[in-house]
Order: sequence, then C-alpha cells, then structure tokens
Amino acid sequence: MSSPSTYYIPHDAKWPIIGSIALFLFFAGFAAFLNGGNSVVMLAGGALLIYMMFRWFGLVITESENGMYSKQVDTSFRMGMMWFIFSEVMFFAGFFGALFYARIFSGPWLSGIGEGGAAATNAVLWSNFEYMWPHNGPAELGGEYQVMGWLGLPLINTIILLISGVTVTIAHHAIKEGNHDKMVRWLLATVALGFLFVGLQCFEYYEAYAHLNLKLTTGIYGSTFFMLTGFHGFHVTMGAIILLVVMLRGRRKHFSATNHFAFEAAAWYWHFVDVVWLGLFIFVYII
Amino acid sequence: MSTATTEHHDHHDDHGPAYGWKRWLFTTNHKDIGTLYLLFSLVMFFIGGGMALIIRAELWQPGLQIVDPLFFNSMTTMHALVMIFGVVMPAFVGLANWMIPMMIGGPDMALPRLNNWSFWIMPFAFLLLLSTLFMEGGGPAGGWTLYAPLSLQGGDSFAFVIFSIHFMGISSVMGSINIVATIFNMRAPGMTLMKMPLFVWTWLITAYLLIAVIPVLAGAVTMLLTDRYFGTSFFSAAGGGDPVMYQHIFWFFGHPEVYILILPAFGIMSSIIPTFARKPLFGYASMVYATASIAFLSFIVWAHHMFTVGMPLAGEMFFMFATMMISVPTGVKVFNWMATMWRGSMTFETPMLFAIGFLVMFTIGGLSGLMLAITPADIQYHDTYFVVAHFHYVLVPGAIYSIMAATYYWIPKWTGNMYDEKLGKIHFWISTIFLNVLFFPMHFVGLAGMPRRIPDYSLQFADWNMVASIGAFGFGFSQLIFAYVVIKCMKGGEKATDEVWEGADGLEWTVASPAPYHTFETPPTIK
Ligand code: HEM
Ligand SMILES: [Cu+2]
Repeated sequence: MSSPSTYYIPHDAKWPIIGSIALFLFFAGFAAFLNGGNSVVMLAGGALLIYMMFRWFGLVITESENGMYSKQVDTSFRMGMMWFIFSEVMFFAGFFGALFYARIFSGPWLSGIGEGGAAATNAVLWSNFEYMWPHNGPAELGGEYQVMGWLGLPLINTIILLISGVTVTIAHHAIKEGNHDKMVRWLLATVALGFLFVGLQCFEYYEAYAHLNLKLTTGIYGSTFFMLTGFHGFHVTMGAIILLVVMLRGRRKHFSATNHFAFEAAAWYWHFVDVVWLGLFIFVYII
Repeated sequence: MSTATTEHHDHHDDHGPAYGWKRWLFTTNHKDIGTLYLLFSLVMFFIGGGMALIIRAELWQPGLQIVDPLFFNSMTTMHALVMIFGVVMPAFVGLANWMIPMMIGGPDMALPRLNNWSFWIMPFAFLLLLSTLFMEGGGPAGGWTLYAPLSLQGGDSFAFVIFSIHFMGISSVMGSINIVATIFNMRAPGMTLMKMPLFVWTWLITAYLLIAVIPVLAGAVTMLLTDRYFGTSFFSAAGGGDPVMYQHIFWFFGHPEVYILILPAFGIMSSIIPTFARKPLFGYASMVYATASIAFLSFIVWAHHMFTVGMPLAGEMFFMFATMMISVPTGVKVFNWMATMWRGSMTFETPMLFAIGFLVMFTIGGLSGLMLAITPADIQYHDTYFVVAHFHYVLVPGAIYSIMAATYYWIPKWTGNMYDEKLGKIHFWISTIFLNVLFFPMHFVGLAGMPRRIPDYSLQFADWNMVASIGAFGFGFSQLIFAYVVIKCMKGGEKATDEVWEGADGLEWTVASPAPYHTFETPPTIK
C-alpha cells in the first residue's frame, strides 16, 4: 500500500458529540447513583460510550485500510499515543505520591516523630499509635486485618506480566516479517496472559476480602493498596481488550510489515501497564 | 509531502464550511473550533462575572444582607472554577486553534476529530458543574481548591463537581496532546523550532504542563471521591492519611496550573508588542529559554500555597527560595518586552494599549507574588485579601487582558473587518480605571487583615470594600462594550487589509482577510 502524499483532514465528525453526550450521561448518572439514585443513566451512558468508541475507531480503521493516511498522519497518531501514555503515567504518579507521602510523612508524624507539633498531636490524640508500615491508622479503621504478602499470587502475576511482555515482542517481530499467523498466535498468548492476570487479581481481591479482612476501608493501607492495584487492573483490562482488537484485525490480514501503528500503540500501552506493575510490586507488595 | 486532503469521500467538490448548525456540531476545521472555544469562553466570562458581582454586592457593606452565607461561599467557589476552567483556559485553546496552524504554516490541527471532541466536551462539563447550583444543599462551597475535609462535607453536588472536573480534564489533555502533535508534526518545511513565533512556543510548553498536571488533579479529586463515597482514608488522619496531603497533591497541579493561565499570555505579548513598536522582539532565544525555565520551576514551588499549614522548616525554606527564583526568568521577559519598545516607533491601537496595560499591571501582581513568597511575611498575608489582590492582578490584567489584546489584534484576520477602534480604546480605559479601583484596595484591606472567602467583615474594612464594589460593577458593565465591539465586528465594518497592522510579521498576515476556510494546504515557503 503506497501512502498518499497529502495530509488527510476528515470532515463531518459525528462521533465526538455522541461521545460528549455519553460521557455526560455517564458522569451525571454515576454522581446520581453515588447519591443514592439508580444506575440506569450511568449504564446507558457507559454503553453509549462503548458504542461510540467502536464506531469511531471502526471509522479510523476503515480509513487506514483504505490507505488514506500518509506517513505524516501516522506520526500524528504516534505522538498522540505517546503523550496520552505520558498523561497516564502522571495519573499513577499522583497515587504513588499519596503512597509515599503517607509512608514517609504522615505515618511518622502521627506517631509523634518529627518537628513542630507532631509529638504534642500524638500525645493528645493518638498516644498509643506507633508507626509501622503497613497500618490502618491510629483509629485502626476496618479492624484487625492481615497484610497481602508478595509471595504467591502477586509474584505469579508479576511473572505472568513479564512473560506477556515477551510474547507481545515476539508478535511484533512476526508482523515485522509480515507473518500474520504468527503474530495472531503470539498475540493470542499475550491476551490470554492479560486476562489470566486480571482473573488472578480478582481472586486475590476475593481472598483479601473474605480471608484477610483487608478492604478498601482498611485505613491508608487498604486505600492505597486497592486504589493502586485497582486502577492498574483496570488498565490491564483495557490493554488486553486493545490487544484483542489488534489480534482480530490481524486475523483479517490488517497491517503490513511496515505499517502497523495500531499494533505498536497497543504494545506501548502494554509495556506501560507492565512497568507500572513493577512499581506496584515493589512499593505496594514487597517493601 | 505535506499538502492536505480535505475532501470527504462523498462530496469531493466540498471545500467550504457546511451549512447551518451541523457545521458547528460536526466541524473539524481549526478555525471553526477556535471560534467555538472563544465564543464559549465569552459566554462563561459573563456567567463567572455575574457571580463575582453577587460576591461584591454582598461585600458592599459589612453584615449579611443579600445572599445567605452558604450561597456566598458557593459563589466564590464557582466563580473561580468558571473563570479558570471555563474562561481563561478555553480562550487560550481557542486562540491556539485559530493561530497555531496559521503561524506554523500547517493545513489544520494534527488530529481534527479529537479537536472537535475537546471542544464539545466543554459545554457538557459546564452543564454538569453549573447544574449543581440548583441541587439540594446548593453548589460546592468549600473553595475552588476543594480542600479536604471541608469539601467532603458538601451536599449532593459534591460528586457532580468531581466528575465535572474529570470531564474538563479529558478535554484539556486531549486538546494539549493535539497541540503538541500539531506543533511537532504540522510545521511547514523550513519552519524550524527556533523560527516559531513565541505564541507557538509558549503554547507548546503550556501543553506539556497540562499533560503533566491535569492527570494529577484527576487523581487528587478521585481520592476525594473515594474518601467520601467508598470509605478510603487518603485524607483522614484517623485512617493514617492526612488532609495536608490533599493540599500537596492539589498544588502540585495548582501551581503549574497558574502558569498554564499565563504562559500563552506571554506568547501573545511577544506577538503584539513588536508589531506596534515596529521592531523585532528583543531577545527571542532568551524568551524561549525563560519560558522553559518558568515551566520547569513551576513544578518545584507548589508548597508556597501552604506555608501556614505545617511543613518541616527545610520545606518552608526550599519552597520560599524556589518560588523567588521564578521571578528571574519572569523578569527576563518583562525586560525583553521593555527593550522591544525602547526607541520603537510606537503607536497605541487598542491591542497595544491592552499589551501595555498587561505589562504594567501584571508586574504589580508579580511583585505582590514575590512578597507572598517570603515565608514569614506570608504567614501574615495568607488567606487574606492581599492574596486575592495578587492573583487578580496576574489573572485579570494578566491573562484576561492578554486574551482581549489578542482578540483586538487578530479579529480583523478572523472576520475580515476592522473593529471599532474608538470603542476599543474606550473599553480599555474604562476597564483599566475600574479594574484598579476594584483590585488595588484589596491590597490595603488584606494587609490590614481582612480574610478572604467570608461574606461579612469587620467595620474597619468597610470603606475600601465599598470602593472595590464600585470598581467591580464598573468593570463588569464595561465588559459589555467588549461584547458589543466583538459582535459588531463579526457583523461588518471597515474592511481589513491582509496585513492588517503595518508592523506585523508572521505567516498569519500573509493570507487573506478574513482568513480562508482552509489555509496553507500547500505549505508556504519560509524565509
Ligand atoms: C512572580 C511570580 C509569582 C509568585 C512569586 C507568586 C507567588 C504566590 C504565592 C506565594 C501565593 C500563595 C499566597 C497565599 O496563599 O498565602 C500565590 C497565590 C496565587 N497565585 Fe501567585 N505568584 C506568582 C505569579 C502568579 C501568576 C502568573 C498567576 C496566574 C496567572 C498566579 C496566580 C495565583 C493564584 C490563583 C493564587 C491563589 C490560589 C488560591 O489560594 O486560591 N500567581 N502566588
Ligand atoms: Cu503558586
């Protein structure tokens, strides 16, 4: 497929406005739901959003397959994806920041270590609190709990994600050789590993809730644990779905040895969730 | 390689805009989207301004007279959110849309559909935000900074406010990604980075600030949401969290955010001042480096908003000195603008008046910022009207004046008509007089100890508050002149030449006035 010499500027974008309506319904419905309403509007908004994404991406795929995108358009997409991933990195940075702050500052301060009023605050408010990570706060919110160890499921999950990083790379080499079947096979393995990861994490959450009494409400430990791993798990799910779409496109012989940006974007995203996991594994589980 | 295809498959002859409302709803044209952003911002300016007038009416004299305190608090909260996220940011994005492709000789923005979405999120996000005013328990009333634990104690509106912030954030991040891709990928051959107009440079850096900090804000407000509705303890000491942590995360976003609100203004000044001084910009390269240093430093000064909240001494010292360091690159810019004007053949058309107003009054705001940066002094000033005076001097005659200057400067190119110069000048002078009547006295009551965000005050502050309120109504109503001038200019007027301004330099002045629907489909040659 030769690439056109002009920059393609689409007309008549119908999907964005649908996307706005969908997000509006989703957010307003979610807020109403949190205030005790029902979830109908939220679910409708979510469904519309998913439908919109299918159609919008579908349109882009058709245009791409029809050879309407020049090299320059491809570069725009690459930059878009790159900086989108960077914004995601910063989103996680906020939560990691909260984790570090709680561990380095607020924990010790609550136990009376540190300058200023720390000692007095501790003496007056929480005189029996001694800092040790993990903890669920001086008021011991959520009651007795057990810590989620890193040996076992988390370690297995780490290995799974690392292997999936390898399989996706093999798939990449396959498409670079123009070998669609091989690419699809290795992508299938990657997607399967991805969903296996998510499944095991669900099981881990079940364990935490059912047997360890470790919950979202278990003070700062529970908060950071579930929010960090939860958002990560959500991103793994997204990444696996994206890879799945790429795989299905590969089965239809989309992509060529030189032109497979969607594959690469999905792979970048996958590596990003991989790296975030390593951070989680070290700072949430091990240390 | 970089000419543009704009045909859609089904109508190959179509090269102009579609007709009717569909044009605006489905447009992918950077000029249309720029116009939408700018008009949206103008409407929000009057909504946010109305809220400010409610505040100033209540503060006309001591005692509670017009509104109840909760509503007053929700007005201060909403006024700030509307002005920051609904006026200044969209106006800058609108200007970026209109001008960046033309300034770099590109056919359009890099990702036109995404561009449409970035805009069309805004009205919905603000519908969500403004609707909270009609909810049980009223709108958010804990201040635009949404500090925990106070913000967690609001009514049903809380979740709606949080989601509206997520919603706007999506728009900002997508818009910024688009701007980055456009600047890196859509430049005409020969338009090297160091040949780009400063407006493009400042926006490039602003876009990076946005991509870096908006997600952090999203994280912070997500934690607020889960603290309130899902029982997490990020900001609760009982569970081992810390309300102060919220402030750290928020201001890690918040301080770069104030530079997001001013860097594009610096770019606008760097376009306008050389034109009317009829001299090239003094110190182009130093302007670029100064902008980059400001952006870098803006990440390491956030806790100057928290001097009184409790921090280790080393932290107070670090943030004090880091903050003061920002004045160095800012000073470089101010002196470069002055040097540009030095011995220029100056004329004082409306854009230049606003630019000079910017230069003088933004500097006043910068200097009061420097006072606030001094930790021991800030312990006295914090949360008083002195802070209110500071940020209004940098935001109103700073950000807002730059937007108005830009509008007067480029509107002939947008509409093909000259605006009414006489009314423009009247607008400038009336605004500037009332603006100082409005904000300057706030320095005095602030230094005397009047706290901010309070509907009532002690008697000794009465006189200056009344003066400020007079200024507020004067300033507010004089903005109707602006709206009138803009609408009049859109409808018609003396035809503008292509160059519009005698001393103007830049690609945007090489195309016809009004700028054709598509420009630079074949890239221009860059000298
Ligand atoms: C010379 C540069 C500047 C310095 C040294 C500076 C310093 C400060 C300091 C120390 C505060 C905190 C005061 C307190 O709460 O006690 C502050 C507040 C503020 N500044 Fe600046 N500033 C500068 C420029 C700007 C600019 C350019 C803007 C925006 C265009 C801005 C907007 C604000 C806002 C909005 C607040 C108040 C935030 C709030 O508490 O609601 N500042 N500034
Ligand atoms: Cu600041």
